[in-house]
Amino acid sequence: MIRVQQGKFDVGAEIAEVCEGDFAVGGIASFVGVVRDTGSGPSGFMTLEHYPGMTERKLADIEQQARARWDLANVLIVHRYGKLAVGEQIVLVITASAHRDAALESCHFLIDWLKTDAPFWKYEEDGQTGGWVGARESDDEAKLKWRD
Amino acid sequence: MNVLYFAWLRTKIGIGEETLELPEEVTTVSEFLDWLGQRGPTYLEALQDRSVVRVAVNQEYVPFDHVLAPDDEVALFPPVTGGLDGVT
Repeated sequence: MIRVQQGKFDVGAEIAEVCEGDFAVGGIASFVGVVRDTGSGPSGFMTLEHYPGMTERKLADIEQQARARWDLANVLIVHRYGKLAVGEQIVLVITASAHRDAALESCHFLIDWLKTDAPFWKYEEDGQTGGWVGARESDDEAKLKWRD
Repeated sequence: MNVLYFAWLRTKIGIGEETLELPEEVTTVSEFLDWLGQRGPTYLEALQDRSVVRVAVNQEYVPFDHVLAPDDEVALFPPVTGGLDGVT
């Protein structure tokens, strides 16, 4: 399941909900991305722009790829957009499976693919200046390690 | 054809969306970018470095030799930067 939203998410509530009543689940892995202070100071913030429609489509694609590769009981991807302050939670990935390896590996896979495939762009501001953040080669390399 | 611009392509060109009628001789994405660049200095500047321009047609990434159809939704944007800044 995927969700693209402006509002905050509650990690604990999302984890509880992801496999409520599914007693075949033996492990749940989660990843939370946080807006980091990249030099703008604690008062800095960023605005995350996205491509409505394509974002949902790419996130659903990525979920399908993970489900094809691992035996997963459930997948949840929540991605926020809009104005976010340093320290705020921005993305959540939860994977649930009968076994820990499938849950942990697929969670790692999803977050690597998210960074290179989902159409999001960051504009960082420190109160005086602002600028668009460029893509990083290290992100592409992180994705390539999942190639068969 | 509906054309969308995102991130710095949007701010450089000055609009987020427009509807354009393509001349008949413009068939591929590459030709479309050439034609778009001639629409004005803001377009030319935004599109001068093609290595930092990504294109999606009907919400799927496409290469520059992709052939366009009149009813396509074409989006131009920089390489994506993801939303999790806490990770390297």
